[in-house]
Amino acid sequence: MSTATGGNPRVRLPQRPGDPANVVLRGARLLDPAAGIDAVGDLVVRDGVIGGDAAGLEDVEAAGLTVIPGFVDVHVHLRTPGKEHAEDIASGTASAAAGGVVTVLAMPNTQPPTDNPSILGSLLQRAAQEAVVPTGFIPAITVGQQGDALTEHGDLAEAGAAALSDDGVPVGSALVMRRALQYQRATGLLFTLHEEDMTLSGDGVMHEGVVSARIGLSGIPGVSEAVQVARDCALAGYEDGRIHICHVSARETVEEIRRAKERGVHVTAEVTPHHLLLTEDVIDGDPDPARFKMNPPLRSEDDREALIEGLLDGTIDCIATDHAPHPADEKENPFAAAPFGVIGLETAFAACHTELVLGGRMSLGDLVLRMSTVPARIFGLPVPTLAEGAPANLAVVDTGAVDRVGDRPYASKSTNAAFAGVDLTGRVVMTLAGGQDVYRWSA
Amino acid sequence: MSGPRSLLGIADLPADAIGRILSTAEGFGSVMDRDIKKVPTLRGRTVVNLFLEPSTRTSTSFELAAKRLSADVVGIKGAGTSMDKGETLKDTILTLEAYDPDVFVIRHPQVGACALAGRYTDAAVVNAGDGTGEHPTQALLDLYTVQREIGPVAGLHVAFVGDVLHSRVARSGIQGFRRMGARVSVIAPPTLVPRHLGTGLGAEVSADIRDISDADIVYVLRMQLERMGNGGFVPSLEEYARMYQVNHARLRPGQRVMHAGPVNRGVEISGALVDDPGSLIEAQAANGLVVRMAVLYDVLAEAAADGSAVREAA
Repeated sequence: MSTATGGNPRVRLPQRPGDPANVVLRGARLLDPAAGIDAVGDLVVRDGVIGGDAAGLEDVEAAGLTVIPGFVDVHVHLRTPGKEHAEDIASGTASAAAGGVVTVLAMPNTQPPTDNPSILGSLLQRAAQEAVVPTGFIPAITVGQQGDALTEHGDLAEAGAAALSDDGVPVGSALVMRRALQYQRATGLLFTLHEEDMTLSGDGVMHEGVVSARIGLSGIPGVSEAVQVARDCALAGYEDGRIHICHVSARETVEEIRRAKERGVHVTAEVTPHHLLLTEDVIDGDPDPARFKMNPPLRSEDDREALIEGLLDGTIDCIATDHAPHPADEKENPFAAAPFGVIGLETAFAACHTELVLGGRMSLGDLVLRMSTVPARIFGLPVPTLAEGAPANLAVVDTGAVDRVGDRPYASKSTNAAFAGVDLTGRVVMTLAGGQDVYRWSA
Repeated sequence: MSGPRSLLGIADLPADAIGRILSTAEGFGSVMDRDIKKVPTLRGRTVVNLFLEPSTRTSTSFELAAKRLSADVVGIKGAGTSMDKGETLKDTILTLEAYDPDVFVIRHPQVGACALAGRYTDAAVVNAGDGTGEHPTQALLDLYTVQREIGPVAGLHVAFVGDVLHSRVARSGIQGFRRMGARVSVIAPPTLVPRHLGTGLGAEVSADIRDISDADIVYVLRMQLERMGNGGFVPSLEEYARMYQVNHARLRPGQRVMHAGPVNRGVEISGALVDDPGSLIEAQAANGLVVRMAVLYDVLAEAAADGSAVREAA
């Protein structure tokens, strides 16, 4: 079990057993804005905890490197149970460690869906044996993710669920969503919502825009997301519930969330690195366009700019990857027949660092807040920090190193990376998670 | 792998390549006037026609085109292929690749299928219609037809009328006519026009059938009922016919009518207009053969110094 402190004590974040880290990071920039830390110096990790006596510990020369709180990714797919050929708990969390991610929350669209306390229990047990980093689970809101009957939210909370979601599909019925929000008052579990009006999305497979008009693929309009978000913000406001919006992709959605926050609705939101960096234009003419197929889809440049603005002004609270592994065989199909989803754990920091920090849109400290501190707080998870006495949940990054995505093998079992072939700046060179030494980069 | 020269869409076909294919077609046109309608041009070459969606005109004309050029032709049609047994397009191509074909002519229900096929073969790939994507040989034969029957395309005004949303004929045609210098407009119920079509393809969009009055050519599109699922795009076909049907009453003298077929008589076009000898519909059907001969010739001709007829396959 994780030795992390803080957060909602009912949320279970198991990690495989391992020796506690013992290391001194020499001469690094130590940056933890939430704890008010920004200094060059040595960081001691003794018995998996920050601080203490440096004597006798392994020395790591870290001059020129930056030590930051590790990232918290509240939206990943570990594909267990049922799709272990794409990913499993061990490989998915190894992928997290390679990306500097110290805590992941896994979505329930497995086979069968994670929709009852016994499946949740078996996943928690499995994670306690295999998970490289502390791993939590987000069971389904409705039985079988069918949108009809509520799962046992109370029992799931008791069993250690981190939140509830039907991710992959929306909760179609407004009545079911309302009942869930009413029942939230008894369980306290946050809903993290995949937002889409399926009648508007129809058979769409990419953004409804200039490119879809040109190449003839059917489109998913931005308003498909926005109308569902508007509905759920209205319901959350009415029931005084708390909702988190998954992978915001459209300008119209950013505007809905901004208005809802202004009137006091308890809504938070995430955005993925691929939506922050890429647009529909990458699909047209690419020899392997299915690697850019995900839901919600890559949208227009105007939408992308709205997402960055929304992130900067706080409308969008945090960054999450929606890491969605798929085997190559399934992606090697005509666009409409290929599955939705891209992997992202190993490239999230480099992508956001390249676009947002080096692009002059936000500081490295602010990026750390949006990838670590803020998502941890929203989900009631232990907040990674460099403060003395905290368990080591940190990443050491080289903010000058450039890597071409895909040149090195992925830790994930799958290779469906939207950033493949792109040069990104910002390399994770070491990750300590749950007090364990879980990843070191080597040439 | 990459094919020698492929024809995946009009989108990446420059105007000079279109011009070259059309003049090659002119040349083959004279062959068709001879007693013996066969030339040895592609003797020893193998053409695989892989048709995974229903087709009459296109599959027949491609087969005949290959035969007139003396190529060996293998035809594979949707039902009864191993794809019915769950084989992927990739594996079908890899299997057929073992016979070392020179050209794959592919019709497939999904957008981008021909580009995908091109990743797994050294042969040229010719798109014979990919779902709602493109139908480049239809656009080429339409351009050829207009050149022959009317004259230069540049400066003409072509109005596409009807179901643009589901139409690969329109998607290729709009780009083809625009590239050759025509003005293109689209007149249709707003539910059957892709959002951003204007920006995406550079066509003027109107919902008013009276706007065909300005066009030199009225290109009627088939209502693609098979792609409309549960429908709801128009309240009824009767209302559609009342509001958008192209018929003699809505045309002025001198306007020429095109339709790629098959037609729904009495829906998007009146039966009387289909049968009117002044329409270009029969000429379109007839010209499919020489244009497809020209396309097969073009993708197999050695890459010429004057540029590629068709872009390098991806």
